[in-house]
Amino acid sequence: MKADPGFYDYWPYENRPRISWPDGARVAFWVAPNIEFYELDPPPNPQRKAWPQPYPALPGYSIRDYGNRVGHMRQMALLEKYGVRGSISLSTALCDHHPEIIRMCAEREWEFFSHGIYNTRYTYGMSEAQEREMIRDSIESIHKHTGQHCAGYLAPALSHSELTLDLFAEVGSELFGDDAGFYTCDLFHDDQPTPINTRSGKAFASIPYSLEMNDTIAYVVNKIEPRRYGQMLKDNFDRLYQEGANSGTVMCIPTHNYQVSCPHRMRAFEEALEYITGHSEVWVTTGRAIARHFIDNHYQQSVADIAARSGVN
Amino acid sequence: MPLDNDYLRYPRRKYGMDHDRYDWSLLTDRRPVQWPGDARLAVWINVGLQFFPLNQRGKPFAVPGGMTMPYPDLRHFSLRDYGNRVGIYRFLDAFDRYGIKPGFAFSAQLAERAPYLLRRIVERGDEILCHGWNMDSLHYGGMDQQEEAELVERSLKRLRELSGQPVTGWISPARNESEHTPELLAANGVRYFCDWVNDDMPYPFHTANGELTAMPLPTELEDAFIVMNNLHSEQSWLEQVCDACDYLLAEANEQGGRILALNIHPWMLGQPHRIGKLEQALEYISSQDGVWMAYPSEILDAWRSAAADSA
Repeated sequence: MKADPGFYDYWPYENRPRISWPDGARVAFWVAPNIEFYELDPPPNPQRKAWPQPYPALPGYSIRDYGNRVGHMRQMALLEKYGVRGSISLSTALCDHHPEIIRMCAEREWEFFSHGIYNTRYTYGMSEAQEREMIRDSIESIHKHTGQHCAGYLAPALSHSELTLDLFAEVGSELFGDDAGFYTCDLFHDDQPTPINTRSGKAFASIPYSLEMNDTIAYVVNKIEPRRYGQMLKDNFDRLYQEGANSGTVMCIPTHNYQVSCPHRMRAFEEALEYITGHSEVWVTTGRAIARHFIDNHYQQSVADIAARSGVN
Repeated sequence: MPLDNDYLRYPRRKYGMDHDRYDWSLLTDRRPVQWPGDARLAVWINVGLQFFPLNQRGKPFAVPGGMTMPYPDLRHFSLRDYGNRVGIYRFLDAFDRYGIKPGFAFSAQLAERAPYLLRRIVERGDEILCHGWNMDSLHYGGMDQQEEAELVERSLKRLRELSGQPVTGWISPARNESEHTPELLAANGVRYFCDWVNDDMPYPFHTANGELTAMPLPTELEDAFIVMNNLHSEQSWLEQVCDACDYLLAEANEQGGRILALNIHPWMLGQPHRIGKLEQALEYISSQDGVWMAYPSEILDAWRSAAADSA
């Protein structure tokens, strides 16, 4: 085990080279719906229990199923209303279980990125070969069902190994060259994209995917009242919009249909979307587009700046 | 040691659900439902009338809302009892004022212990559901099958004897089940149950002993979940209920009849400082256009006949 994963060097927020988004936007805004499949009876993982109750653990299972049966259509309609194409963090087995959802999102040109196979299969304890196979399976599933080259990764249930990012970058290249496997949502160290060191040396970025704005973290972990969550989203945007006048920032709202799409929570989410998309100078986009733009336009200058500033001056 | 390679095999990875309990279906793909009188929103207020034993076993887990202190936990025992002695009578007044037709989910043992309360509910003519034997008699995976069969039969039989009602609705304590619970419910004359919180409308649920209907009763909108579990304010509970009511009414305009099912507890909202919020919620809901106050069995029957009409 390491004291530091070594993915990035210390890089102060102040005085960085300016990031410029398309059309002079201040904030790159994206919404990342997690479309997940949890198994009712997953195999046990020695390091993490999937459910608190013995099989059948229906309280947790059934509310997550609600997200797919009921919640998805609500969020999809809402994002469409505000001109947002979702960037889906996908349990890729859902392509097999619920292809209707995949088809509808593909028709709307939403992005699909890998969130593993099931959210009840954890990376913990996998050998390098096993994790590589799981990641490859997920990228191939996305390609088979949508034709897309998977650009991004969020480890299933945020379960990682030391090699997760390396393997994702490598498998992406093996399958589709530089057009796949070039960004991660697994790190929460910044409000701007940052270069990530992987062992292949590929141009690979971390794209801000805010844990604090994540509806499940807000509602389930932090137990926040819906209207306060809506206000937090607006406050988060206001500050990133203000700072984005100097150098482009990124705001992400990660969502889950079993949380944000409940009838008593839709209003807060809608008010925030209306507020954010009602501003000019906001680039309403996808995770892939942000990562591509950053890598194509700002990656080299960022790497150089990090190297120049690593010696304290 | 790495995981067994079986961890990367997915025998249930195919179309539909990963079990055979019900069919996969998007809510929006189903035929719109028409409620009686062209109502858009059926409103079912459900009251949990629960007995939490002082000598809680907590098997296989301590029921939420139950005893948390070393024995004898007089604090929680008596505070839960408060609901059945005091809070419930505030509820009844509020229901009458706003024309509510509530369902009462009884711990069967409470019906034995509080005959006055049971008679009062029976005389009102409201619907009684079975909420298990008591809150510490949990149904859970791996429990002895004979023990559970006896528990289900005893709970329903006793509640039917005492109430004189057919009692065809069921809510498991803590909404927890064993792998056999649905079969046992179907075998004992239950028509609908409310443990699976995966839909906003009823849907058919398969058992080896015939079909049940799963009725929606969202945990996430419960008083105990919002106020006790999440520590939200009473005002926030009211806002969340009103927001849900607005949202479902609007959705019903586009997609056909919807249900606002609200599960509440007299030990929580029956407190003097909270009852006003319940009254405001009921006032708000009952003043909306297109609302149908109904017992759960009435909603179930209307849903079934709407489904039959469209078949």
